[in-house]
Amino acid sequence: MTSTSTLSSMRRLVEQLKLEASVERIKVSQAAAELQQYCLQNAGKDALLVGVPTGSNPFREPRSCSIGQDVVLVLGLDLGLD
Amino acid sequence: ILFIFEQYFCHIVLSPLIPEMATQEVQLNETLAHLKSESESLKSKLEEERAKLHDVELHQVAEKVEGLGQFVMKTRRTLKGHGNKVLCMDWCKDKRRIVSSSQDGKVIVWDAFTTNKEHAVTMPCTWVMACAYAPSGCAVACGGLDNKCSVYPLSLDKNENLAAKKKSVAMHTNYLSACSFTNSDMQILTSSGDGTCALWDVESGQLLQSFHGHAADVLCLDLAPSETGNTFVSGGCDKKANVWDMRSGQCIQSFETHESDINSVRYYPSGDAFASGSDDATCRLYDLRADREVAIYSKESIIFGVSSVDFSLSGRLLFGGYNDYTINVWDVLKGTRVSILFGHENRVSTLRVSPDGTAFSTGSWDHTLRIWA
Repeated sequence: MTSTSTLSSMRRLVEQLKLEASVERIKVSQAAAELQQYCLQNAGKDALLVGVPTGSNPFREPRSCSIGQDVVLVLGLDLGLD
Repeated sequence: ILFIFEQYFCHIVLSPLIPEMATQEVQLNETLAHLKSESESLKSKLEEERAKLHDVELHQVAEKVEGLGQFVMKTRRTLKGHGNKVLCMDWCKDKRRIVSSSQDGKVIVWDAFTTNKEHAVTMPCTWVMACAYAPSGCAVACGGLDNKCSVYPLSLDKNENLAAKKKSVAMHTNYLSACSFTNSDMQILTSSGDGTCALWDVESGQLLQSFHGHAADVLCLDLAPSETGNTFVSGGCDKKANVWDMRSGQCIQSFETHESDINSVRYYPSGDAFASGSDDATCRLYDLRADREVAIYSKESIIFGVSSVDFSLSGRLLFGGYNDYTINVWDVLKGTRVSILFGHENRVSTLRVSPDGTAFSTGSWDHTLRIWA
């Protein structure tokens, strides 16, 4: 690598750093408060956090059996499907 | 051209033979030295400015928040069918289909409710490290050691050979590490071992924008939630996480606090922050408006790298897939671990929460995928 391309790389780095330095920032206390607020506002909809009423999480239902639910019930089988 | 600055300062040899050239060399060196000291002072100014606003820790702010109870999360489905390590997976927007890719070159589309395989494609290369579902649900993208990202339209006809309709979209000069459709089927964002990220038009294969700034392989990327505008974050082997403006190609913010490769980056659901997972065995949270790291999720007992991270719907939980075969679940606000999940028999290589947050899926080097809820 020649010295001139090193020079242009360095110039780009300095420009990039100037750009990053000019970013407008807020205090961590304010940023943290807003992150927290978002969590708390949306907690009710977060199924992995609070769970959902039984029966409405499709993954907590057993795999659909090709025989059909009705037959299983009639035979009184407890297949223990997770 | 890779940006490896430090090396070049020690090795500029003066030419002694031609006096003019010697003078020019001296001037060049002086300019370089000047630029170097300017960059050093800018870097320390950046740190100073960031430190001024560091008035409190996130977990201190969260002290008054109610702690989380016990979690009962377990494997609800196991998807078996890959012949080798699962490297990547992605959910379809319909919240039930999943695409996964493997070291054996296979890309499989599954119905996660029933565990049935709906489509399978064999790629011409092994180590398919990246795969993504199109927003419409009508196509998948994938790539890896072939240095490309290809799009396969999904056919309703199970007998149709998907490989016949394959479209090559992205071309990198090294492996494809990650890919993601933007908010339509029309554009794909890629990251590569060649140190760059790129935005492509799917129809024409044209390169729309390239993103230069990482000094080594880029391993991961994530698009900002659509409400927050046109940015994305990438993480790489240079230990940096960079935030990019998609239109200008400019790196707008950069974070370098990890001590090793960053394997995974994921935006917080509000778009105001992002999490990262690294080979240094930690996950970290960076707030974009405070422009700094605001939390580290780590424990002395956790010594294996994090391969993949994702947030629960509200952003309160951070799930991390680790190389020690476990999944650690973190309270994002308090910084504590709330659960550790066992089940995989080898490294967890990929982890994604479903679009409606009802479950999350993991892929592992044990050849399987698991759905947890």
